[in-house]
Amino acid sequence: MAVPLPAYLALGAVLFAIGVVGVATRRNVLIIFMSVELMMNAVNLTFVAFASFFQALDGQIFVFFILVVAAAEVAVGLAIIYAIFRHRETVDVTDMNLMKG
Amino acid sequence: MEVVLFAVLAFVAILAALLVVAHRHPVYSALSLVVTMLCIAFLFLLLRSEFLWVIQITVYAGAVMVLFLFVIMLLDLRREERPWHLPEGRLQVGLGVLLALALLAELAVVAVAVRAPASAGAFPPAVVAARGNAQLLGRLLYTEYVLPFELTSVILLVAIVGAIVMAKKRFE
Repeated sequence: MAVPLPAYLALGAVLFAIGVVGVATRRNVLIIFMSVELMMNAVNLTFVAFASFFQALDGQIFVFFILVVAAAEVAVGLAIIYAIFRHRETVDVTDMNLMKG
Repeated sequence: MEVVLFAVLAFVAILAALLVVAHRHPVYSALSLVVTMLCIAFLFLLLRSEFLWVIQITVYAGAVMVLFLFVIMLLDLRREERPWHLPEGRLQVGLGVLLALALLAELAVVAVAVRAPASAGAFPPAVVAARGNAQLLGRLLYTEYVLPFELTSVILLVAIVGAIVMAKKRFE
């Protein structure tokens, strides 16, 4: 393999950090959700890179499971966002303070 | 050749990821996210995991993002997001970027320190090429990982029920 393992890991780290920036700085809940998906993709890339360089397939199986969980998470999460939007007419997380004490 | 491909894919993926975070409107963020996911899919192909390449495109770039776009269009987003250049917004952005940079530094230390093992694993490229990536993955999934595989069906069932309940429920 021409591309070394640290290159893939660094790319995964950069994508994950960009996702963290999105979650920490944005207020639109849809974009926060997309940033979480981005972080999951970065982790998937790391898993596949490790699986490839360790010549094992277990990492790819893990990516398979992460994908299932991500799909389930998106379905439920978007339903929750839709329910909140119907109730409050907003997707801004600063307005979502139902559980504020 | 492989290095050039990796460099191009990595560059486009990072650029699109930055657009996901930076764009004001969620539709553009979603479309940028599709580009990032496609780049990651082709990186999977570069790492010779053909099955995950297809799954990444169909499930992530296809199904998940279509769901996102549906919901974005379903919600009537007339109100603009609060501008981030207000003082409180600026503090939030500064702290967020600082946190992400600290995390990136930690991950970079690990990424540089990691060495690929010298010894061959259970599935060297010759074996995978002879049997096929999808066949080997399927065999592993239905033998060694059969219990987690069955559990994922429960997760999917819960997700279906949860999504329907949340979408139907009226908040009082």
